[in-house]
Amino acid sequence: MRQVAIYGKGGIGKSTTTQNLTAGLGEMGKNIMIVGCDPKADSTRLVLHGLAQKSVLDTLREEGEEVELENIMKTGAFGIRCVESGGPEPGVGCAGRGIITSINMLEQLGAYTDDLDYVFYDVLGDVVCGGFAMPIREGKAQEIYIVASGEMMALYAANNISKGIQKYANTGGCRLGGIICNSRKVDGEKELLEAFAKELGSQLIYFVPRENLVQRAEINKKTVIDFAPSEPQADAYRGLARAIDGNEMFVVPKPMVQDRLEEILMEHGLMDI
Amino acid sequence: MLDYTPKEYSKREALSINPAKTCQPVGAMYAALGVNKCLPHSHGSQGCCSFHRMFLTRNFRDPIMASTSSFTEGSAVFGGGSNLKTSIKNVFSIYNPDILAVHTTCLSETIGDDMNSLISGTQIPDGKIVIHANTPSYQGSHITGFSNMVKGFIKYLAANTKTPNGKLNVIPGFVNPADMREIKRLLKAMGVPFTMFPDTSGVIDAPMTGKFEMYPAGGTKVDDIKDLGNSEATLALGSFASAEGAYDLEKKCKVPAKILKTPIGVKATDDFLMAVAKLTGKEIPAEIEEERGQVVDIMVDCHYHYHGKKVALFGDPDLLLALTEFTISMGMIPKYVVTGTPGDSFEKEIKAMMEEAGIDGKVKALGDLFTLQQWMKEEPVDLLMGGTHGKYIARAEDVPFVRIGFPILDRSVHSYMPITGYKGALRIIELISNALLDRQERDCADEDLELIM
Repeated sequence: MRQVAIYGKGGIGKSTTTQNLTAGLGEMGKNIMIVGCDPKADSTRLVLHGLAQKSVLDTLREEGEEVELENIMKTGAFGIRCVESGGPEPGVGCAGRGIITSINMLEQLGAYTDDLDYVFYDVLGDVVCGGFAMPIREGKAQEIYIVASGEMMALYAANNISKGIQKYANTGGCRLGGIICNSRKVDGEKELLEAFAKELGSQLIYFVPRENLVQRAEINKKTVIDFAPSEPQADAYRGLARAIDGNEMFVVPKPMVQDRLEEILMEHGLMDI
Repeated sequence: MLDYTPKEYSKREALSINPAKTCQPVGAMYAALGVNKCLPHSHGSQGCCSFHRMFLTRNFRDPIMASTSSFTEGSAVFGGGSNLKTSIKNVFSIYNPDILAVHTTCLSETIGDDMNSLISGTQIPDGKIVIHANTPSYQGSHITGFSNMVKGFIKYLAANTKTPNGKLNVIPGFVNPADMREIKRLLKAMGVPFTMFPDTSGVIDAPMTGKFEMYPAGGTKVDDIKDLGNSEATLALGSFASAEGAYDLEKKCKVPAKILKTPIGVKATDDFLMAVAKLTGKEIPAEIEEERGQVVDIMVDCHYHYHGKKVALFGDPDLLLALTEFTISMGMIPKYVVTGTPGDSFEKEIKAMMEEAGIDGKVKALGDLFTLQQWMKEEPVDLLMGGTHGKYIARAEDVPFVRIGFPILDRSVHSYMPITGYKGALRIIELISNALLDRQERDCADEDLELIM
């Protein structure tokens, strides 16, 4: 079982990328579970064709500790099993603690069965506190991919997330598998990200081109492979799935100091814009 | 035992060994118990509440009543709002206090429960009151918690209704109920109308009557707390436990605040009485002057019991500030002074006292007993004074030990005997003298065992 965590700046397209990627892997015949670690609980909408299931924490809140696995896990397109951790309503409680609680609960309930090839953790935004690092603590997710684009703030966030990975690399054993570029059509985007990934000691594992079809599929509550299997964008996600399935480069990232990060951005002309 | 405490100092960061303090809520709970028909409420998990009640019970040997929000895993994730709502409903219907004083815990502080909006959004039965104080234990100490709870009551209740009551407010600080009684006795002897807040006398030193009282007769009345805002002035005794409450009252209700030491020892008691006399225009009666004279007489008679002896002091900052002053005035040498409560002003004030007296001593705020023991190994002292935890050091270093301050968990009656005022000064002299003389007699040769000392 490969456990994979997907991180990246808020709004960069982590959930979209994760679901399209898992659709690709699912099509290849892999058994997959997605664990959404975002209080908004929207990490599995495309696979399940809508916000279909109760989150772990909603169930915990309503039914107490007596949670049954079948109530919180739903199977969607390509046989992908979906779980949403959920969280408190905005502005109260502790979402980080919520993720710890729900991952522990999934383990207790036996959600991690041996027939799974992949478990994906789709984690909200940045590694803001210990709770959001839960998927990479204690040897859970061994591989981490950071979704980024050629925009400066996305790279700042990716660098920051690398600091979190570095911290847990020794104890949790997690490694950075690569950067996934979810293109924003920024000038020189691919080169910039390649340089950035190289500086981290990692790789740009795949470049997902920007395509409106993704948004159309999203409105229809489907992944691209599900919605338009013969379009080139579907092949792009299949390519991403193959790249991840065949990935063998796992490293402890070397996050940059602020100055070096800005230097790289300069070199690739981003500052000229 | 503590026989293996090394003499050599090692650099320590992020490590306290045998801290000289405890949790904020212990102080908050104690302050809330000093309000009539008030139930302290711990907003957190059950263990916090149990520990804090137990800690106070062991010190005062009286049952300490308090309720808890009983957090579960779910409360940690979703916030403690619904638990607090249910608590408020249950507490008023089952235990029926007049007022519920909520203090937070590390857990509720960390998840960021907004107490103001939780309380204002909860249905509270008519005529009942809920107040709160934020008391995260990763800040300050139980003394900070006491101060925060005093501030909480003032913030919620005190009001200036433009009807002056001619009274003097007295915030006694974190002292025993016996000390509160003694301070009240002095004020009564001077004929001063006053409100003491908080006042745990009659609550946690309540007599055995054969009948259980959930809310004994003692404690500051809620109406008197509301009326604090109409008083002439506030005397805050002990800057760490009482000053902020007094300043809040000054800001909110324009009642002038005066900060004094806890009246322990001759000078601090003098200062207290003179301040009262100045603020109220009342004379200090002959009976109090007589008590002062008695202390001075004993100090003259018995000075050779303790004069020139080196003493190490630890405990709460307000106690130590007064006790350092008093031991210096007794001709003793307060060599080491350690409090667990943080505060640069503490170190500054103690250092100034030491310098003035020509004492080459050491002082530490946010310190621990491990440091104190290491200092005592470097240069020994003749006497150790502080709470019960000091007895392990006293045994390891073979130094006589006087129990004073908080907590005292292995001796009784201390909370019924004042150490404040002139009576309290006499008692401190007796404790110090006896400990030193007992040691002298234990160690001396047969022919030196004197009948008269």
